[in-house]
Formats: sequence, C-alpha cells, structure tokens
Amino acid sequence: MASEVVDATAAKPRGGRFCTVCNDRRPALKRPKTLEQICKECFYAVFEDEIHRVIVDNHLFKPGERIAIGASGGKDSTVLAYVLSELNIRHGYGLDLFLLSIDEGITGYRDDSLETVKRNEIQYGLPLKVVSYKELYGWTMDEIVKLIGLKNNCTFCGVFRRQALDRGAALLKVDKLVTGHNADDIAETVLLNILRGDIARLSRCTSITTGEDGPIPRCKPFKYTYEKEIVMYAYFKRLDYFSTECIYSPNAYRGFAREFIKDLERIRPRAILDIIKSGEDFRISTSTKMPEQGNCERCGYISSQKWCKACVLLEGLNRGLPKLGIGRTRGLNNESNKDMKETNGTKGLQSKQCGTLDF
Amino acid sequence: MFAGPLEYFHNPIEVYFCMIVKSEKKKIGKMACNSATCQSGCYGDEHSVDEDDQKRPPVQEDGVSAGGGNFNCDGLCIKCKVNETIAATHPAVSEGGGDRGRFCADCFRSNLFGKFRFAVTSNAMISSSDNVLVAFSGGPSSRVALQFVHEMQQKAQKNFEASRDRLLPVFGVGVAYIDESTIYPVSSHDYDGAINQMKLIVASLAPPAKQFFVVPTQSIYSHDSTDGKDRLTELFGAVSDITGKEDLQVHLRMLSLQKVALENGYTKVVMGTCTSQIACHVLEATVKGQGFSLAADIQYVDARWKIPVVLPLRDCLSEELNMCCILDSLKTVEAFQRPRSGINGLISSFVKLLQEENPSRESTIVRTAGKLTPFCFNRIPEVGDNNGCLATKRRQKKYNLKPSESLPPESYCLICNNPLKKPNGTSSNHFHDGRASSEIYASTCSSCQYQILPKDPTLLENFFLLLPQSMTTLAKDSRDNHKLLRDQIQDCLLSDSDDGA
Repeated sequence: MASEVVDATAAKPRGGRFCTVCNDRRPALKRPKTLEQICKECFYAVFEDEIHRVIVDNHLFKPGERIAIGASGGKDSTVLAYVLSELNIRHGYGLDLFLLSIDEGITGYRDDSLETVKRNEIQYGLPLKVVSYKELYGWTMDEIVKLIGLKNNCTFCGVFRRQALDRGAALLKVDKLVTGHNADDIAETVLLNILRGDIARLSRCTSITTGEDGPIPRCKPFKYTYEKEIVMYAYFKRLDYFSTECIYSPNAYRGFAREFIKDLERIRPRAILDIIKSGEDFRISTSTKMPEQGNCERCGYISSQKWCKACVLLEGLNRGLPKLGIGRTRGLNNESNKDMKETNGTKGLQSKQCGTLDF
Repeated sequence: MFAGPLEYFHNPIEVYFCMIVKSEKKKIGKMACNSATCQSGCYGDEHSVDEDDQKRPPVQEDGVSAGGGNFNCDGLCIKCKVNETIAATHPAVSEGGGDRGRFCADCFRSNLFGKFRFAVTSNAMISSSDNVLVAFSGGPSSRVALQFVHEMQQKAQKNFEASRDRLLPVFGVGVAYIDESTIYPVSSHDYDGAINQMKLIVASLAPPAKQFFVVPTQSIYSHDSTDGKDRLTELFGAVSDITGKEDLQVHLRMLSLQKVALENGYTKVVMGTCTSQIACHVLEATVKGQGFSLAADIQYVDARWKIPVVLPLRDCLSEELNMCCILDSLKTVEAFQRPRSGINGLISSFVKLLQEENPSRESTIVRTAGKLTPFCFNRIPEVGDNNGCLATKRRQKKYNLKPSESLPPESYCLICNNPLKKPNGTSSNHFHDGRASSEIYASTCSSCQYQILPKDPTLLENFFLLLPQSMTTLAKDSRDNHKLLRDQIQDCLLSDSDDGA
C-alpha cells in the first residue's frame, strides 16, 4: 500500500507534482480508494466512470425503465441522484428517474432533510414523491417515541421504512428502486453478519440487486463506491445535502463495526473492497435454509411469517403493547416455529440502524 | 411445553419473559462448551451470555433451573456438585471468564479434554498406526495440544499393555518447534534459554519418549543453511507490507512443518489452533478478500498438504487453554511470542474487544464460518481397504465424515496454497512484459498478489527465485487432482514407477 504512494510521487520530479491520471494538472486530493494523488477533474471522471461501469457490468437498468431513487436528503442519496441523472444523460440510459422520500415524521430532522430533497427536485429536475408514516401507518415517529421512549424506536423506524419505500415505489409505478448504500455499508453488513452468525443474510448481503422475485427489485449502484469518496464528491461539487444525524439515534450509537472498518481503511484502503469480495466469494451451499416468502395475511406485503413485521409492530402500537414484535418474542406468529429475527440481540454491535436508508 | 409456568402469569408480557428465559437457557447451555457437538452435558450460566439485560426478569420463578438450583451461592461446581469452583480454590486465577465460577478444576479440565478427544475421534484425526507431529510454539495453545496428545498416547500405551492380542499399536508422537529467528531475530541468550525450556518440557512428557525437532525456517531451502538464511532474509526484505510479511511467515512455517514431518516419517501434523485464533483468522481472511478459500483453513482437518494437518483444539477458547496451563502448571515459553501487527494486529484487538463484550462472540464467529462449504480435502483421506488394519477402522467413529460432493479445486495459490476460485483468474493488474511474471501472477491469489508479491513486475522474477522450491513446484503439478485420480485406479496399477508424479 505504501509503495504505491511512493511510486506515484517518485515518478515526477519534486516540487512539480502532477495528477497521476492526466499528468497535466496539479493534484487536489488523495483518492481514498487508491491513495493516488489526482486532480478534481480526474476525480470526477474516475468516480462517475466507476459507477457507470458498475451499472453496465451488472446490467442494473434496461432502457425505458422507471427508476425511483430512495432519497433522504443525506450525502449518499444526494450524490446518487446527481450522478444517476448525469450518467443517464451522458450515456443515454433512457431511464425515467424519480425521487422517493419517506417522511418518518421526526420534527427537527426529517422536515429539514425533506426541504433538501425538495430543493434537489428542482436542481436536478427529478419528480419527487413523499410517502409518510402518518398516512401509511397512522403514526409518526414522534408519536411512537412518545409512547415507547428511545429504546427500540429504531426497530419501528427501520421496519416501517422498508415497507414504505416499497409502497412509495408502487405508487410511482417504477420498475426498480435504487438506494445509496455504499461500499462501507456493505462491508459493515458482511462483518456484522459474520459476528452474529447469520449465514443466510451473509449470503445475500453482497448482491447488488435484491428482491428480484419480489414486486420491486432494489439495487445499489454505489456498492463499490467508498463513503469517503462520496463525501469528497459532494464536497467538491458543492452538492446541497443534509448532514444532521437523526435526533432519535444518539451520536454515540455508531457501533464499533463501523469504527473497525474505518480503522481498516486507514491501514489498507482496499480492505473495504476485499471484504465485499470475500462476501461475494463465500462458499455458501444453496441448501442453506432461506425463509419462505409468503404474503402478510393482513396487508398483503411480502412476509415470511403470517403477519409482516410492520403489521405486528403496528398491532402492538395500536393495542398499547409496544413490546410486541420486539426482541426474542414469537409475538403473534407463535404458531409457526420460525424464529423471528432477533432485532435486539446485537445491540452493542449494530450501527447505522437508523441510517438514512434501509436495506 | 410451556403449560406449567404459564399458569402463574396473567400478564402476557410476563409470559413472553418466561419464554425468553427458556430460549436463552437452551442457547446458553450449548454455548458453555462452545461447540454444538459437545456431549459433555455442561450447564450454562445465565449471567455470562446475556446480551440484553434490560429484558431480563427476576430469574427464580422459571422452572428450568429447578434441578441445578441457585448453584453459585455455595461456590460448588455445577457439574459434580461436590468440589468447590475454581474461583474458590484458585482465587488468584483471573482468567477463564465464566468457567471460573462454574466448574471445579477437575470438571473444567475433563470438559476441556473432552472437547479435544471428541474432535480427535469424530474426525478420525489420530489412528493407532499414526505417527503424530505436534507443532509446538511454546505458547499455551500448543502446550495444551501437546499435553493432551501425550495423555492420549499414554492411555493408548496402557491399553496396549493390558490387551492380550496387542493388535492396536500405539501411535507415535514427535514435537517440532519452528525456529523463526532468521526472520525475527532474538538474542542468543533468550534463544538458548527458550530452547532448553522446550527440551525440558518435551522430556518431561515421557514415557513414551518423544523426539523433539528444532527446525529453522530456512530448512525449507534444500541447499546448505547459510545460503538458505540469506535467501530467506532477502525474501522477507522484498515484502513491503507488514501484514504480508507476517502471513508469509505463517505459510513458510507450514512448509517447514510439512518438511520435517515428511522427512521423519510422521503421518499427521497436530496444530494447537484454538477457537480464538480461528475467529481472528475468519475476519482476517474476510478482510483480505480470501472469502472463497476461507472454509479450507478452519476445519478440523486440512489434507491439502502432503501430511494432513489436524486442529483438535478447534473448539477450545484461548482463555480456557490459558486457564488449563495455570491449573495444571504447564510451563509455557514466552520468549518467542510476538504481538501481531498490521491488519492482523488490528483484528486481534477487535476480536478481543468483541469477546470481552460478549463471551460467546468468538464461538459465534467460528460457527458462522463453519457453515461455509468446506473443500474435499477437509477430511482425512480414506485409505484403501486392503491397507491399514481393520481393527483401527472399526474403532474410528467417523460421524463427521460425509462423502465429499465437491470436486477438488483446480489450482492453488503458489504462496499461501489456498484454493483459487478461478484458475488463471484475470488479475486486476496488467503486465505488458514477459510471460513468466504474468504466469506467477495468475497462479497466486489476489491477497498474496497484493500484500506479498512485489508491485514492480521487473522484481517479480527475482522474487520467484527467492521462494523455496517446494512452493514453486507445488503449483506446477496440479498434484491433488492427479493424486485423487490415481487413488481411484490404485488397485489396478502394477508399479509405482509409471505415474510420473
């Protein structure tokens, strides 16, 4: 790793260092992924080109498709919206792009970030659809937190958001939903799944497209894009994004898996890509038990249980038993033997549970 | 099944708590011995593996622990219920985590030995005709491995002497220490002292007497040792990445072990690798992009080498092994222990942190990785029926041996001997020049390419020459494939001369 840097700098005479890509302009930054010193223009070019390659190589889109971009107003989704609309024009993908935002109903956080998304709607000329928890479920996150406190509130938010995104995408009649999950997020998920022993999720979490058998497939064009480069891109391009953390997920709650990834990246930037590569290469036999997909008897949403998780949680809220469906309970689905996911079991490890988007 | 306790609760939330206690208990009971295969019937301690304290109800009303009672109040071992726990008898011992307050020294020890013995028997690791080489670093893990192998051998010896027909021979045991002082020099005073200590340790484990080998790493070069020393130093000098250096050292250690085992007629190499080390390795391999080959490294048996390597302590935690050393006053030799560095160091401290936060984390990591599909060489190769005495075969309990469905991998990394996902897989680096260097690239895994091979293609060929011949020839013949085919037609072959191997 170190030698690459030395090579790059030693190639040019001292004092007059140039961008290692174009060899013409002064370098403005050290590229986080490779530590090459390059200029801004070349950075934009390689950054966008890599994403273009990922889209093309993985056949993420077909011409004429309607695509919803899960937009929270945060850096990942803002950069995604910007880059996708650029690439769509530049390479003639022929996509109809939409912004899809979820309004969780968190005063002082989501209302502000939605303002950002609304500005993006105008800046990038992409139609925006906002779906709110209140209209879908009858509850805002503010109300839920008022009832259950700050413990487990992220479980509600995560479960509800996942479904809300699908419902919003259905309303927009899109063919696919893209999310801004970046390489760091995916590497972190790989590690967390190893640490908590979840082999089924371990086998799935590195796929670039998920839910292909479901109504609306999701894909992650930023699968190989480093978080740091996304921040850098947003910074240099002066993109308008919202960077406040959710008021209900305290700052200190960033788990040490995230920290560990950052430490690894410092020693060896390519570790993030290597973790993803490992995740893709793991020899997991296809006979590994996958939960059977069915439909929720109540709302019709895909679910491996009798009721989908959102309905279980909602039932708890409406009946005044907010603990229903949280933790190691078999809740309303106790007839079936399948273990419900232990959402609470790995508290100390989990991070980005309240991230701006949801897996 | 919940009928009994349910009657006592009226509030559904309480019912749900009761269920939690039950399900956690079941889970913990398994974890107490860190192995799903443990049969020792050990009990769990509900204080050790609790991840969400906030949900824990008062414990006393659940019916499950009725038999055990509130076991720790009296400081008695939960297994034999006679002796005092280790915490009571050895107050100075601070290691061992939850086991301290649960078991007496005897039960703890027999539990640990049970895990070892179960791993050995269920994977057919050691048969009576074997000649076993224990890799001994001086650290607690390999010290316990050595001790346990010795005890097993002693028992076999007793049985042999007691049996009338004397059909079952006693397996032989040798001990090898790989001397890496050429790579990481130590002062000659420390060195001599440590080697002497090891000799004493091995000598104390008799009868039956065990041969002790001190094998310098440079022995992997077939030439005289001074030349080998220079080449080895030059080889390590050519690796710039500290993690790469450390990993190369591990690969060479295995080559040295293989060499000494092969030359001295040993049929198995026993490593003291424990759960904690495997947990670290799982994360290391993941972080280095070796997800494909990971499953090969973490099984009980690794027979991709000429002499199969076995890991009988795979289910033992390092803290248990440390504790065993303390309780049995097994001497360890610390002079050669080095802290790990680079990526490996970071991961070691990360895993340590995780383990402190949750005492079952290391086992969980190993269990997760254990669900990955192993390779066909991850079991003791079957010997033909005509050869090997039937008495041995009868005695082996081979429950873990499933016939392998998978074909052997087509090629192995030249350096780390890991199976390659795609033979001649296209590497991200493109070399315009000579064929030789691109060939070297094609026959290494991406991890070794990155952290061990020199970046500059012009240096690559020189680097290749510095590698021991055993490495470079290993890759040339796709030996396992060939051997496997040969084994199938073995009975029809007339002589050994025409196989060309």
